[in-house]
Amino acid sequence: MSKKEITIRIDGVECRTTEGEYILNAARANGIFIPAICYLTRCSPTLACRICLVEADGKRVYSCNAKAKEGMEVVTSTEEILEERRAIMEVYDVNHPLQCGVCDQHGECELQNYTLELAVDFQHYAIADTMREVKDWSTVLHYDAGLCIVCERCVTVCKDMIGDNALKTGPRGGSALDKAYKETMPKDAYAMWNKLQKSIIVPSNGTEHTNCSDCGECTAVCPVGALTERDFVYKANPWELKEIPATCAHCSSGCHLYYETRFASIDNHEEMIFRVKNEWNFQSLCGAGRFGYDFENRDVTKDEAAFAKAVEALKKAETVRFPAMISNEEALMLQRLKEERGVKLVNPEVRPFQRFLQAYAKASGRSLYGSDFKEIMKEADFVVSVGAALRNDNPNARYAFNSVQKMNKGAGIYFHPVGDTLVPTFGKSVECITHKPGQEESALYLVLDLFADKESLPDYLREYLAGFHETRTRTVKEKVMKEIVEVVKDEESGEEKEVKKKVPEMVEKEVEYDHNLLAESLGVDPVAFSESFEKMMKKKESFALIVGEDLYGHPQWENLARLVALVEKHCGMMTAMIPPKSNALGVALICELVDEASGYTVGYNQPGDFRLSALGDGDLDMPAMNQQEGTMTTMDKRVVPTNAALEYGGYELNDLMNALGLGKRLTIDWTLELPAEKGFQAVAFDDLKDGFLNDGTEIRGYALTPIKGRASTAKAKEASDEVLEGEIAYRCNPQRQFNDFTDRAHQIFEAFALYASPAKAEELGEKVEVVFEKGSLTLEVVADERMEGEIVAVPDFKADRDVYGLFGESRYANVTIKKV
Amino acid sequence: MSLEQFKDRNVGTQNYTMLDLGESPKTGWGKFKQVAKRSVKLELFTGLKVTFREMIKALFMGEMHTTKYPFEKLPIAPRYRAIHEMKRLLESGHYRCIGCGLCEKICIADCIRMDTRYDENQRKEVSEYTINFGRCIFCGYCAEVCPELAIVHGGRYENASEQRASFALFEDMLTPLDQLTQQKEYPGFGAVSPDADKKIKKTPLAY
Repeated sequence: MSKKEITIRIDGVECRTTEGEYILNAARANGIFIPAICYLTRCSPTLACRICLVEADGKRVYSCNAKAKEGMEVVTSTEEILEERRAIMEVYDVNHPLQCGVCDQHGECELQNYTLELAVDFQHYAIADTMREVKDWSTVLHYDAGLCIVCERCVTVCKDMIGDNALKTGPRGGSALDKAYKETMPKDAYAMWNKLQKSIIVPSNGTEHTNCSDCGECTAVCPVGALTERDFVYKANPWELKEIPATCAHCSSGCHLYYETRFASIDNHEEMIFRVKNEWNFQSLCGAGRFGYDFENRDVTKDEAAFAKAVEALKKAETVRFPAMISNEEALMLQRLKEERGVKLVNPEVRPFQRFLQAYAKASGRSLYGSDFKEIMKEADFVVSVGAALRNDNPNARYAFNSVQKMNKGAGIYFHPVGDTLVPTFGKSVECITHKPGQEESALYLVLDLFADKESLPDYLREYLAGFHETRTRTVKEKVMKEIVEVVKDEESGEEKEVKKKVPEMVEKEVEYDHNLLAESLGVDPVAFSESFEKMMKKKESFALIVGEDLYGHPQWENLARLVALVEKHCGMMTAMIPPKSNALGVALICELVDEASGYTVGYNQPGDFRLSALGDGDLDMPAMNQQEGTMTTMDKRVVPTNAALEYGGYELNDLMNALGLGKRLTIDWTLELPAEKGFQAVAFDDLKDGFLNDGTEIRGYALTPIKGRASTAKAKEASDEVLEGEIAYRCNPQRQFNDFTDRAHQIFEAFALYASPAKAEELGEKVEVVFEKGSLTLEVVADERMEGEIVAVPDFKADRDVYGLFGESRYANVTIKKV
Repeated sequence: MSLEQFKDRNVGTQNYTMLDLGESPKTGWGKFKQVAKRSVKLELFTGLKVTFREMIKALFMGEMHTTKYPFEKLPIAPRYRAIHEMKRLLESGHYRCIGCGLCEKICIADCIRMDTRYDENQRKEVSEYTINFGRCIFCGYCAEVCPELAIVHGGRYENASEQRASFALFEDMLTPLDQLTQQKEYPGFGAVSPDADKKIKKTPLAY
């Protein structure tokens, strides 16, 4: 879907942009300032503030929803427009509490900024104020309605980007405007005030509390101090905080964020992270990223005795076990350890993904999946997700899926065995197919069947797919207009007349249709599905496939990888995979992993005979990810830098490597040596850029270069009919938990418990023992209102509970659940 | 002592009397002659007479000019910038500080720090406030920037302490509650000008 490039002139400056882009976005991308409060770059225009008013070809338009046309002349401010804008800002200032001194937004407040920018020095309007109460919407959200200017940014971002749709505007109960203002005030200011005076933001579920994923993106986009994080309220002023650009270490999205640090308090002069900020116009964070920041390893000193023991342990280690939450540099160090000392590297989180990626590379002839989530979010208008628990696995994959529905007027198919009530609310054209665990192959075959260019498919596949189609007949009821003749008597003349009349009649009719056995086997009604699919396909041009973690550990992973390559090739779908955990992609590329640990094991943030740990409970302390510099590999196939936000006084992995004679001066000296044959570049850490350009282009680090090879011609196998039946547990974390470090954060409360749909939870009671083949877990039962069906979710974010060991490679396992 | 002499800063326009001292001798012989002449004229006793007169006045006529510091102290200028005071609201007795952090920000010696929190009454509470007087240069910016006239400079200028980095906490600087009635406004930097009312444009309110 490449759009035509056009040129427009804004205030005499020539700007290149694409056809159909909003004027405001074009201006922002070209570094031209147009004031705007309610508009967010990646969301739909709200038209609440109206100050983005400009003159385009002599006509007054709102630049946030007027599209650029070739040769357009835009003037951003005229005398009239300035007057209008000033009136709007005056209205915003009416009854806005004069408590800037204590407000948390003080210093970075857009209301302050625009009031000064537009030189509002007098207030011409007044209205009686309404009592508006301060509310805590959830465990993390704090809403001070008195400060709210109802720009609806929070509502917009929650709907268009996050997909929770947890907020809406509600009645304010304010008095009506003085009629006299209508004549005296500028038109737009009056209209804006009229709307403002009637509304306030409320949770959309009609209660006092939001029911959402607690991502806190609404607090980030709020231009004033109305929406803040509960923990941050009145704690520190924005200007005292030092911004440290970093990369979120919790999931594979690798989002860009700023850790904001300051001395902890008068008593404690140590630096502490107070909150997390993000570039919300270009990147949305999730709850784990925003609230899971205080996972540092505090008060660590150099313990020489422990260090000596650690060196000894590494010398005799047969295996090193480590998680995916590790920087590229550390992964490279461990790989070097493997090369030089022959230790086995074990990483249960990444291993299946690595195998899958390698199988995919063999089948497709390219070492990396072809697309990424940023591209999908921007370009796709039909997205298919297979094998990913969208709501839980990766927030950015979910935001991409949602954004395609909302912003690109797209459609989506969500294949997943665990029913979800949130995904269908992303858009009208979202079809959720709740198949059985194990049927992922059939799902991909169905994708091939629905989207592939049948001509280009190899013969064996075409035949295989054709085998699923049967021509059947079904009875449909049809409305037929039937002609009947009635005899009508004209009352005046007594004449009888024959009148022809058409009367509708329901007729049953046999029609032939194409019965899709594949769709049927996945548990959908093929007739209804083909009808809705036809509707979904209307006006769609670019298709995308999201591949999730279920596939990597699937018994048929090799075949699935081949199928993914086939779908990418023959359906022309942008394909992106969700690496299972933090830096899974980096580890998968850098390290040579083995399946099984053996002998003496050193665990790095993982269980082992000797434990290196950043959690403060191991045999030797290590720095946590917010105390380290280094690079991470994101799921968008970029190598991005992260910086140390907090001090760390102990030893790090590089020191251990130095003691073994393999180290370098600094950890970041390893950045240059990341393997070029895997797509990395020899760029020094200090030369890596960070951040975004005005038009949203990501300039963080560099993109991995996919390595091309020869595509294998091995045939894809037919879908196996092995499915899991009975009581099933699914390895899946609650929404804001990813690892031990998110669990450590004081603002993340999701428990290590068994998550089940409300009905299932009621059936199970309060506490259960989940018995696996190899062991059992005793867990509390938590009802997840957005889950559906019988499958229960068992989290894996605590490494010491060895959930990976219990499940094995697959994310699904047959279990027996006993009440305790 | 009245304040008049402190307020008159126009140095040079007062009535100074210029002394006619004549020419100073330039040669060695000239200098010798001057010394000899003054010794013979008994000018020394003229000087001693003045000293003796003043002694009598001080000892017996109650005209002593020495201030017996630290038992006696001279009054200082109201704008003198000594140890800070934190003022209270006269009506409620609550401290005036709202915890906005402007003093902390503007402090060029970086010696002010405060802890604030969200309290039970949904207000910003200043849970602790401290000034490091080892670093404070008494520039007065904090008092000037304070929007609430909460932090001002007082007259306590005795800063001697056992260690260089002496500091004060919120309690130390706050007006004691029992002395609230004696709390005085500070007329120095940042104080409201006497004609402030005339300069303000009132915001229209609908009620």
